[in-house]
Amino acid sequence: MTDTLQKTPLHALHVELGGKMVPFAGYDMPVQYPMGIMGEHNQTRTGAGLFDVSHMGQARYEGDEKAIERLITADLEALNPGEQKYTLLLNDKGGIRDDLMVSRPWSGGGLFLVVNAATKEADFAHIEAAVAGKGKLTRLEDRALLALQGPAARDVMERLCADACRMIFMQCGVFELDGAEVFISRSGYTGEDGFEISVPAGDAERIARLLLAQPEVEPIGLGARDSLRLEAGLCLYGHDMDESRTPVEASLIWALARTRRDRGDFPGADVIARQIEEKTCQKRIGLKLAGAPAREGAEIADKDGNIIGIVTSGGFGPTVNGPVAMGYIDRGFLEPGTGVDILVRGKPRPATVVKLPFVPANFYRG
Amino acid sequence: MTTRYTEDHEWITVDGDTATVGITAYAAGQLGDVVFVELPEVGKTLSKGDEFAVVESVKAASEVYAPVDGEIVAINDDLEGEPAKVNEDPAGAGWFVKIKLSDAAQLDGLMDEAAYNAHTA
Repeated sequence: MTDTLQKTPLHALHVELGGKMVPFAGYDMPVQYPMGIMGEHNQTRTGAGLFDVSHMGQARYEGDEKAIERLITADLEALNPGEQKYTLLLNDKGGIRDDLMVSRPWSGGGLFLVVNAATKEADFAHIEAAVAGKGKLTRLEDRALLALQGPAARDVMERLCADACRMIFMQCGVFELDGAEVFISRSGYTGEDGFEISVPAGDAERIARLLLAQPEVEPIGLGARDSLRLEAGLCLYGHDMDESRTPVEASLIWALARTRRDRGDFPGADVIARQIEEKTCQKRIGLKLAGAPAREGAEIADKDGNIIGIVTSGGFGPTVNGPVAMGYIDRGFLEPGTGVDILVRGKPRPATVVKLPFVPANFYRG
Repeated sequence: MTTRYTEDHEWITVDGDTATVGITAYAAGQLGDVVFVELPEVGKTLSKGDEFAVVESVKAASEVYAPVDGEIVAINDDLEGEPAKVNEDPAGAGWFVKIKLSDAAQLDGLMDEAAYNAHTA
């Protein structure tokens, strides 16, 4: 089984560090190290954690930017060199094909895209078909991607690549790190300050070892990555959103640039405009409960037992020190403080609708 | 007192006609940090192989199966407030339930410690 899985350039290092390897999006990836998910989660919230996210898809786009802009929700004219945006790739019905980061780290032009591992083949094929003859998408398969996250990440980078610390949240650029040319953005998937570092595959293990040699840094697996992003209220593609959900339903309308919304020049613009107008569709919300964690697929009921929604991500939040979940719920139940039941193995468990995120973001905004 | 083990990583320690059941240190280690244990009600009757409890770790929920037939006569209420006892002392303070055995002969079908250690090696 495992011989059909792909490996990132850091695979041997994960095994050496005692990573418990599991299949994820076609890759053999560490779900945790000997520290354990709880310890790794807390390490990232209080110190710094190093994540291997090389399974994600990296690409460079050059050419007619209108050709790619019409597939996504960002305003690329408003994206200046050195800036990054979170954006959505939509289908013709306004459903979310993927969420991605688009940025301009290079002074010479071109867009840098980072998409999800499970969707990268479909995303890149979709983009290539749509931009044919107008622009060129180059997959950067010879690069690894590391995420250094946590309040101490800046202390580490101050030591190794001080220029990168001049950036604020959602800025990006090209830097030199231990002799390698790297693209760094000040962003991440944990709700903490941090950096995502695209490195040449051949330099990845050396740079990862250099980062891990810093006293603040420990390796972090996919288990803690999931609990960290859940507490931060961030969506996991294929769980908290997919092609059947629009940005309105996913509570991601903020990722639809105002200018694009006014122009209505994105896929499914009619569906999305109608949903904004009608205010009747379900929406993604946060849920807090006591006792048993509610997992993905658990139904949400009102106090009369009517099914009003479904949990799309759920688990134990180590920083919250209790179970947390995200899910979709009918209008009328969106107000924070609303009491509902979540059916955990058939038993109604009282839960409360809460504002996301569960843990306040700790981004560096200058 | 005799302790036996199942292939699904439960332990059962028998004292007279009553047995204490929990999950092994191996299982607790595989699950990682336990954050919640859902236990059955006292008085419930179980058949060997029935799912009678659920262990929630940070990442996932895992079922615990009855190693023998019997009736639940006690549950470990301490796990409600301190589920981490399952990790700290799986063979002791982290016990799950006490069962009144209906058929002590079923124990013969379970593994002893040496066989279980070989099973998890």
